[in-house]
Amino acid sequence: MATAVMTSLDTKSPAASRGMSDIRIRNLFIIPTILFLIVFNIFPLIYSLGYSFTDFRASSNAPANFVGLRNYRELLNDPFIWANFAITAKYVIISVSGQVIVGFGTAMLLNRDIPLKGLLTTLLLLPMMLSMAVVGLFWKLLYDPSFGIINYALGLGSFEWLSNPDMALYAVAITDIWMWSPFVMLLSLAGLSAVPKHLYEAAAIDRAGPFYTFFRITLPLVAPILMIAIIFRTMEAFKTFDLAYILTSQPTTEVISIRLYKMAFQEWQTGRSCALAYIVLIMVLAITNIYVKYLNKVKER
Amino acid sequence: MRKTITGLLAGVGLMWACGTSAQAQELTIFWAEWDPANYLQELVNEYEAQTGVKVTVETTPWADFQTKAFTEFNSKGSAYDMVVGDSQWIGAASESGHYVDLTDFFNKHKLTEVMAPATVKYYSEYPSNSGKYWSIPAEGDAVGWSYRKDWFEDPKEMQAFKAKYGYDLAPPKTWAEMRDIAEFFHRPDEKRYGIAIYTDNSYDGLVMGVENAIFSYGGELGDYQSYKVDGIVNSEKNVKALEMYRELYGFTPPGWAKTFFVENNQAITENLAAMSMNYFAFFPALVNEASNPNAKVTGFFANPAGPNGDQFAALGGQGISVVSYSDNQEEAMKFLEWFIKDETQKRWAELGGYTASAKVLESPEFQNATPYNKAFYETMFKVKDFWATPEYAELLIQMNQRIYPFVTAGQGTAKDALDALAADWNATFAKYGRNK
Repeated sequence: MATAVMTSLDTKSPAASRGMSDIRIRNLFIIPTILFLIVFNIFPLIYSLGYSFTDFRASSNAPANFVGLRNYRELLNDPFIWANFAITAKYVIISVSGQVIVGFGTAMLLNRDIPLKGLLTTLLLLPMMLSMAVVGLFWKLLYDPSFGIINYALGLGSFEWLSNPDMALYAVAITDIWMWSPFVMLLSLAGLSAVPKHLYEAAAIDRAGPFYTFFRITLPLVAPILMIAIIFRTMEAFKTFDLAYILTSQPTTEVISIRLYKMAFQEWQTGRSCALAYIVLIMVLAITNIYVKYLNKVKER
Repeated sequence: MRKTITGLLAGVGLMWACGTSAQAQELTIFWAEWDPANYLQELVNEYEAQTGVKVTVETTPWADFQTKAFTEFNSKGSAYDMVVGDSQWIGAASESGHYVDLTDFFNKHKLTEVMAPATVKYYSEYPSNSGKYWSIPAEGDAVGWSYRKDWFEDPKEMQAFKAKYGYDLAPPKTWAEMRDIAEFFHRPDEKRYGIAIYTDNSYDGLVMGVENAIFSYGGELGDYQSYKVDGIVNSEKNVKALEMYRELYGFTPPGWAKTFFVENNQAITENLAAMSMNYFAFFPALVNEASNPNAKVTGFFANPAGPNGDQFAALGGQGISVVSYSDNQEEAMKFLEWFIKDETQKRWAELGGYTASAKVLESPEFQNATPYNKAFYETMFKVKDFWATPEYAELLIQMNQRIYPFVTAGQGTAKDALDALAADWNATFAKYGRNK
């Protein structure tokens, strides 16, 4: 079946002259990738599942003892872990919805004939090309209450963005929105430019208002590609580590991956942190599944 | 063909021979990235000049020093021959066999007499009072305070202070005086603030800061031998000390919620605060006019006493240990023999390192070398430290989790925070079977 889809090898090509068949070339390309995936992804994944049922600590030479579901039970009963999950959920909602609003809004603005559109789009994409750590470090300076430019520009005096426990998570989310809205914008722009012009013409003839046109034509047609952007951003936001870690150390910004890092590499509770990693994995899978189901539904319409 | 193979083999053999001979002449010491590590590099360059053995001090930022060191230990890696490890690592590193037992070396050279007693107790010995030693005190360090002499000695300020508080404005002798002075200089309208303290909860910054208050208030974190914490970590004294720390937080510059040694030195160099807590190891930068425009008007004092006259400070600093997985242990031991010599220790102090050698510390030469060496000398004989058990990292994170919201956001009460901490620590000790 697969071979039928593949284009046959050109008989005059150097590969064919060396007596290589289509299948052989296919294997040559695919097997290293699969091996790489098995060694670096699948194997550790399964191995760590085993560890999650033990009290193993990588920092000691003591053998790992099987403890059954104790790690999972204790983690799910730990109020601090639940607080970390609540913070993560709040962060994902604020950050992803912010990115969708800003990103889609910018795409709508750019989706028309304006001078220097290409240059403008490229410039808007810059934030997402920067390293997370660099973005974190310079936003820390921007937010600084004594000399930060944000307070100066907004006339906020010495407003404490990062050391105010109620504000810190929003500050991290704003940084994330600044960085990743361009990603949503890029995908939305692709979706918007694919909407057939004649639909708008027909709507204009029927004297449909701008809101009606947006909700009945633009949004439904862009929805599938927007959903893909949302899936990517949700998964990423769920795993956020660098930004939150660099910007602030408030307990109100301790997202689940920071807790996981501390448990695994500061406390060296290897077994327990494997269990936590699995809990996070299951949650991400569940959320992604819901999205994918919804995406398929949107596509069917 | 045969020629090629022979040539290849010869090449490989030659490389192998060169590789091993080069290895024997080289030692790597792992430490955190800070000024003392640069001073150590200068010191070991002299060792190379004398013996021909090249010693490299490899560094990494403080934030991932622990992680990087233990990752290397856990994989039994031989990248580092020696490590200048933090005092609280000693339990984890000795019980897991990462450090070479230096007890014989210690006894042979009578290091318990050569080095200041507190440094031996906290940097070298584990378990406490066991007579087993795992490291040689290398960089003695403790928390002290810097202050703005020009602000303190301004006649107008002195007059106003006396009128308000009824006593003379001078470097504080007690925590209560320190609170008054912080309050007095706290003037957000003038962009001047009272005090800079440690608040960073990502490693041991905040905990060290709070320890300064707790130890001087006469409190303890627990009984380090029996692992009893109830009624000790949540004692009345500790509650009062934590409340004081929270009160001082109210006189810090804005945004002072993730601050450690860098920010606390900035508080002095950037004219932000009247007084600033920091390790002595960071004071050389404050007397250097290149790094501190206020160098001439910066003064220093030891951690003040508590209400009952107790006066202690949180211990920093590190001992140097030989890594069990090193291929050059013999060479490393030779290096340590050189390192503990009196003249090496003296040179170490001259270069800016904080020697733990009692003889050097006591010499007037050392005490008069800088404006803060005397305060350092006094402090090094009254220091206390955090738990050094293998699970210290969990204890540290639990303490951060409980006290940070109270100190920086005033959530709950000091009593609740410390009661909850006692419960957390009991649970952790029970998990590892410590408090049998």
